[in-house]
Amino acid sequence: MSLSRSKPAAAGRLLRTGVLAALGFAALAAQAALPIEHWTLANGAKIYLVSSQALPIVDVEVDFDAGSRRDPADQAGLASVSSTMVEKGVRAGRNGEPALDQNALGEAWADLGAEFDVSASNDRTSYTLRSLADPKLLDKAVALAARVIGEPTFPDDIWQRERERLSASIREGNTKPATVAARAFSSAVYGGHPYGQQTTEATLARIDTAAMRQRYQQLIVPCRAKLSIVGAVTRAQAEGIANVMLSRLPGPEACTPLPAIAPVPALAESKEVRIPFESAQTHVYIGQPGYPRQDPDHFALNLGNYILGGGGFVSRLTDEVREKRGLTYSVYSGFAPGLDAGAFRVGFQTRPDQAAEAVKVAREVLAKFVAEGPTQNELKAAKDNLIGGFPLLLDSNRKLIGNVANIAWNDLPLDYLDTWTARMNAVTAADIKAAFARKLQPDRMVTVVVGSDPQAKPQGSK
Amino acid sequence: MKHPSPRRAASGAVLALAFAAPWGLPAQAQQPSPPATPSTVSTASAPGPRQFTLSNGMTLIVQPDRRSPTAVQMVWVRVGSLDEVDGTSGVAHALEHMMFKGTKSIKPGEFSRRVAALGGQENAFTTRDYTGYYQQIPVGSLEQVMKLESDRFANNQWPDDEFKREIEVVKEERRMRTEDQPRALLGEQQSAAVFIASPYHRPVVGWMSDLDAMTPEDVREFHRRWYVPANAAIVIAGDVDVDKVRALAEKYYGGIPARAVPVRKPRIEPPQRGIRRIEFKAPAEQAYVSLAFRIPQLESIDAESDAWALEVLSAVLDGYTGSRLDRALTQGPERVADSAGAYSGLIGRGPQLFGLAGVPAAGKTAAQVEAALRAQVARIAREGVGEAELARVKTQWVASETYKRDSVMAQARELGSNWVQGLPLDADPRMIAKLQAVTAAQVQAVAAKYFGDDQLTVATLVPLPPDARPRARGFAAPAGELR
Repeated sequence: MSLSRSKPAAAGRLLRTGVLAALGFAALAAQAALPIEHWTLANGAKIYLVSSQALPIVDVEVDFDAGSRRDPADQAGLASVSSTMVEKGVRAGRNGEPALDQNALGEAWADLGAEFDVSASNDRTSYTLRSLADPKLLDKAVALAARVIGEPTFPDDIWQRERERLSASIREGNTKPATVAARAFSSAVYGGHPYGQQTTEATLARIDTAAMRQRYQQLIVPCRAKLSIVGAVTRAQAEGIANVMLSRLPGPEACTPLPAIAPVPALAESKEVRIPFESAQTHVYIGQPGYPRQDPDHFALNLGNYILGGGGFVSRLTDEVREKRGLTYSVYSGFAPGLDAGAFRVGFQTRPDQAAEAVKVAREVLAKFVAEGPTQNELKAAKDNLIGGFPLLLDSNRKLIGNVANIAWNDLPLDYLDTWTARMNAVTAADIKAAFARKLQPDRMVTVVVGSDPQAKPQGSK
Repeated sequence: MKHPSPRRAASGAVLALAFAAPWGLPAQAQQPSPPATPSTVSTASAPGPRQFTLSNGMTLIVQPDRRSPTAVQMVWVRVGSLDEVDGTSGVAHALEHMMFKGTKSIKPGEFSRRVAALGGQENAFTTRDYTGYYQQIPVGSLEQVMKLESDRFANNQWPDDEFKREIEVVKEERRMRTEDQPRALLGEQQSAAVFIASPYHRPVVGWMSDLDAMTPEDVREFHRRWYVPANAAIVIAGDVDVDKVRALAEKYYGGIPARAVPVRKPRIEPPQRGIRRIEFKAPAEQAYVSLAFRIPQLESIDAESDAWALEVLSAVLDGYTGSRLDRALTQGPERVADSAGAYSGLIGRGPQLFGLAGVPAAGKTAAQVEAALRAQVARIAREGVGEAELARVKTQWVASETYKRDSVMAQARELGSNWVQGLPLDADPRMIAKLQAVTAAQVQAVAAKYFGDDQLTVATLVPLPPDARPRARGFAAPAGELR
């Protein structure tokens, strides 16, 4: 067991928030431009390449606008379970390759020493491949990835089993206060927008493999692909990789736009959700819809959030809730900007008899920050850390591909990282105050409190 | 996809299982062998790490990696919950928290503010075997963080009031990680059942009553006792010059007065002579069963040991998607488990275990999962393993040696955890070579040798159904120490 002083990167959503925040902060010192090559293939796929010969490794990420936000409401979870099922088998290839079931696929990846994964987030379905650059291995890994991407079988018998497994896992999650709180917060904050849809046993029951195939045909098409490639390949090799990886996907010659998704509605009034739960800690979320990634306030909001609750051990929330009062192990705030307005949230967990005090303190910190903005000293400290620490965001191929994929996905300019420092430096305390006032309304937030009634019986050791 | 690593033991990496091995990190028990001064290892394409001993006995390990203008500083102290005694469990971890609370010259909170101002990211961690502190920084800030870190190693100091609040934070950490996590509670109870004399008996975070009773002086005394130069290593990796780092280390760390490392009493685990079983009831939907078999502790890389073949066995069982446990337990309409995993403790300061664990599928019982897990080991004992699967897990290990070079943090972590275990700088390639040399016959032999009843402890999580918990989620009657 490894214990760590800081909050763990625990729940998926929280981790995701952190990742997005980190990507948002990615900038580049003037002397260290990251040369991103970008071009479009004949089939419409967009390529973003950083060629780096430092290590004999190649990373590829292929993203599609096929996240859970495009799930039909009554089939919530479709994107996620489809990405699981993609890896459960490929049909016989058009060039005579034999069909591979899930076990044969797992063995094939292991034999190549390669790592391959498919996942779905709110916005995207992502295929990631990491391979050694040795052409004998890389060529085979790319060819295998092409088959998984282009020729999945979605076997029905395996889906029956996966559905049972996922249903059991949902029931297990319902016994955990952290899961219950996260679900309640999403449902309350997104007001019917698909970001708030919850996968349940009922929605899983309405998903069949025909729905997976139909969705796949609509959304996983080469003309909508964005490929980020980092590592020991030339531009020509990268183009070859991209062509092969998408080569088995059927798709239209040209893409028509996907249906627009209505924006996340603003909250009309504050909401309190209290769920009684017998647990050692009460879990709390406070928040509201945030902003889409394209919002011009992004820089000011990210810088401000570092000061409020994003900056590890030095944020206002950590100082007031943890350091001064010892009320929690982990308290944080964060935005989750995506194609749509992902939620802003403050989260923490504490002994039930302290929950009311902790909620009060967190709300006061938040309201004061929104009303007054940061001090000059706080702004300087935030810039020192974020701008000064910029090289840490690019010092591995893993981090590089995260940044490249972020630029690709959000249609950011290719010199985004080159201009980032200047744009961060230009943010003033007044900018932060104004941006927070535009985005956050502390008197109209969702508060979710999942835990036992402290009047009934105090939990914990005291 | 699963990605096994032979380093998951010594590196402290989280297991590639749906469930962590409940007994925590493996490690090694004997005093480490003295390091060569200096020694060096290189690989084909990158300069290898170098190791020095400072004038006061502290170890310095430097790994240049010039790809980016960043560096990581880690300080590893060879002290963890293994070195604690009854009544003050959790003190190693509590000290780790208090190390952020100041020195003679740095006020509480100031350490983190300064690291942040340098553009750095930082944290610390405590396990059974060691305590570690780190900062990731733009390389230009390396000297400042060396100055800060050496100061708190030598001069950690804080008022009692800081401790009073921070120990409450630690209790919240325990509630979050353990008390509301039925499988973590089960793991804690399983460790307590497996280990009697070994300090691995106690949880790293400490029993709640020990946290309640802990005093500021308990923590200060632990720092005075264990934070001595000869019990620590500085690991620095990144865009650095070895000679300059060595000079800085002498300047900031070398002056810390040398003191003797306390004598460690062996606290040898008495022989187990018969199966042990525990059950633990907690509010959960799914049952869970964890089997822990005693296995030999690796004495050194060069010594002949069954530990290598056991590591290969765990990878054959659970090292990749479609490996044996997946196929046999989690697939098909009659599958017995929703998930299943295996784990082998390779290296550690204390006694080691081989673990098998699983979550029963709907309608199946923990007993069925237990039987199915053991049947897979028995099958290997009977029939052996195929050359293809053996080659497969070895291929993955070789590939992982290249992938880990992508992260300076991962490199520093590996060097530090190897030092903790008394392993040489080139431990990793040598361990890969050892694993490469394992034969199918050896895997079959260890499967036949270590998996009988007498060395086994079975821990079963018994879910409390909703109607058996009048309070929606109350712990009916947990063991005394837990509350």
